[in-house]
Amino acid sequence: MESIILKVLRFSVHTRTFHQVLTSILLLLLFGCQTKENTKTEAWKPTPLKWTKPTNFPDPVYNLSKNPLTEEGVALGKTLFYDQVLSKTNQISCASCHLQKAAFSHQGQSFSLGIHGQLSKRNSPAIQNMAWNPVFFWDGGVHDLDFVPFNPVQNPVEMGENVSNVIEKIKKVSDKKVVNYPKMFKAAFGTGEINSIRMMKALSQFMVTMVSADSPYDQYVAGNDNALRSEQKEGLTIFKKNCASCHAGELFTNYSFKNNGLAPLKANDTGRFDVTRLDKDKYKFKVPGLRNIGFTAPYMHDGRFKTLEEVLDHYSGNVIKSETLDPILIQENGETGINLSKEEKKKVITFLKSLDDQKFLENPTLASPKVSAF
Amino acid sequence: MKKLIYLSLLTLISAISIVACNDDTKDVTDNPDLVAGTGKMTLKFDNVSGNQDLKLDSTKYTNSSGEDFTVSTLNYFISNIKLTRDDGKTYTIPQDSSYFLIRESDPKSQIVTLKQLPEGNYTGIEYIIGVDSLRSVSGIDKRVGALDPSGDPEDGGMYWAWSSGYIFLKLEGVSSKAGSANNKFYYHIGFFGGYDSKTVNNIKTVKLDFAGNKAIVAAGNVPQVRLVGDVQKVFSGPVPISIEKNPSIMFDFTLSSNAANNYKSMFSLGEITQNIAVQ
Repeated sequence: MESIILKVLRFSVHTRTFHQVLTSILLLLLFGCQTKENTKTEAWKPTPLKWTKPTNFPDPVYNLSKNPLTEEGVALGKTLFYDQVLSKTNQISCASCHLQKAAFSHQGQSFSLGIHGQLSKRNSPAIQNMAWNPVFFWDGGVHDLDFVPFNPVQNPVEMGENVSNVIEKIKKVSDKKVVNYPKMFKAAFGTGEINSIRMMKALSQFMVTMVSADSPYDQYVAGNDNALRSEQKEGLTIFKKNCASCHAGELFTNYSFKNNGLAPLKANDTGRFDVTRLDKDKYKFKVPGLRNIGFTAPYMHDGRFKTLEEVLDHYSGNVIKSETLDPILIQENGETGINLSKEEKKKVITFLKSLDDQKFLENPTLASPKVSAF
Repeated sequence: MKKLIYLSLLTLISAISIVACNDDTKDVTDNPDLVAGTGKMTLKFDNVSGNQDLKLDSTKYTNSSGEDFTVSTLNYFISNIKLTRDDGKTYTIPQDSSYFLIRESDPKSQIVTLKQLPEGNYTGIEYIIGVDSLRSVSGIDKRVGALDPSGDPEDGGMYWAWSSGYIFLKLEGVSSKAGSANNKFYYHIGFFGGYDSKTVNNIKTVKLDFAGNKAIVAAGNVPQVRLVGDVQKVFSGPVPISIEKNPSIMFDFTLSSNAANNYKSMFSLGEITQNIAVQ
């Protein structure tokens, strides 16, 4: 464009119309510049979504300034989350294994069924309070929420699909009345372009809104002394003394990787070792947060325990010694596990139930939009 | 005189408005030596097996361990390209424009066009086989073009979602020596050093001198440098790799680094063709 202008100018010098030509070019450029700016800013105005950090929570880890929440972005993320189009067979959505009624875990399932009836390798964890999560999955292979969905989509035994193929599929949805993805991407990001960056950002936006912070325990922390029964308060004291070194803070995890003394099952899942390939990480798994624990059975990375009683019995009496067993589970007398009486275990479980946030399970903003690409 | 002042003022204002209107945010080079120019050069990545041209699936080759093999997939990342000029000065391609995925199945991907080069006579090139560690941990906004982790429906792509890292070089094929059920061998070589736990670092830098030849970048002259990638080198080198012993190399740090240490010398200079017309 510049060279054309120069040619016109050179020509105008010869023809003595230089002033007029130059002035009109200048006006044109200024005017052209302005209209472009105007259309840019006026066309797309997403509605910012107010996101409040629960008062007893630490600052979030997720960088919201790089992906500001908007109503349109969250709506798109929610639609994608619930859409089976993410899987190869168009039969499995994120919500297939992350059900709201189970705090977005897979209630009752040790492992989950993926495409073609294949079983997952590990227990489907709860999706909640993702904005505070510095590391994802049982083995900690991912450090950024924006990169989490690539895993279930591309895992051959889960959704077995390529994200690039998902993008092609949602571009081509013929019946726009069902769900118009190009329109939703435009509303969320300014243009109808569908790409992996936008898809992941939308999913992250939705997952960031999955905040669970209204359990009886939270009400108790906020000053409502009656929110916990006396037995639960005693349970909290026992929990703090015996469990909170790993299940620390208001999210009830320090996000570290530990071998908690479970005997490996036949599959011999080596956990964190899969990612680091370090012998010291064999059989270590991420310490899970405990919020909504009453809704997320079965427990442990392989879902081997159906009840919290079984979990507590494991810690008190069944911890298996091995090279990478966490030292905290070895007592001074050399015995393994945590010394807890039957009565104490009962109280801890009563306390743990106070982390159940019924409102999170019923929050309509997190529920399925009941539309899909198919 | 008055006219001259008026003219220069108008020219200045119009020049400013042209620049102000320009939406293309040009990459800023981090090189303290040479600044960007307007020249171009193309690199042609030409894959071979020894002295034979590489043909996918159809042609049988023999590796240094005497094992037969055909190649079904050969992909690798080329990144962080740096050029050296005959005056000793260097030019680093701005990083955001310096990631390329070369795929043997896609001839278009094998031609890499380097733009905005300072003019001059270039005598050498340096690049990484793979993706540098910083980009391997950067946010999703930086994962565009070749770095899109979305995967490829044909060959599964070059991103390990489970460990959040790129596969630097992927070589797959068939060998009668491969003990797998379908006689396939799979070499997926990645690992950038790890995010929070140290893994092996298989990022390899290639440095090639044009051996007295020059790629002349000038107005109206776009040279092409042919770089030959020899798939045989994946198998041979400091620690030779046998398909029979290792039909699958992916996650084992030792095997993976053996392969990377081998293939880091897979590239050699073909020839330089002056003035190739670029599209």
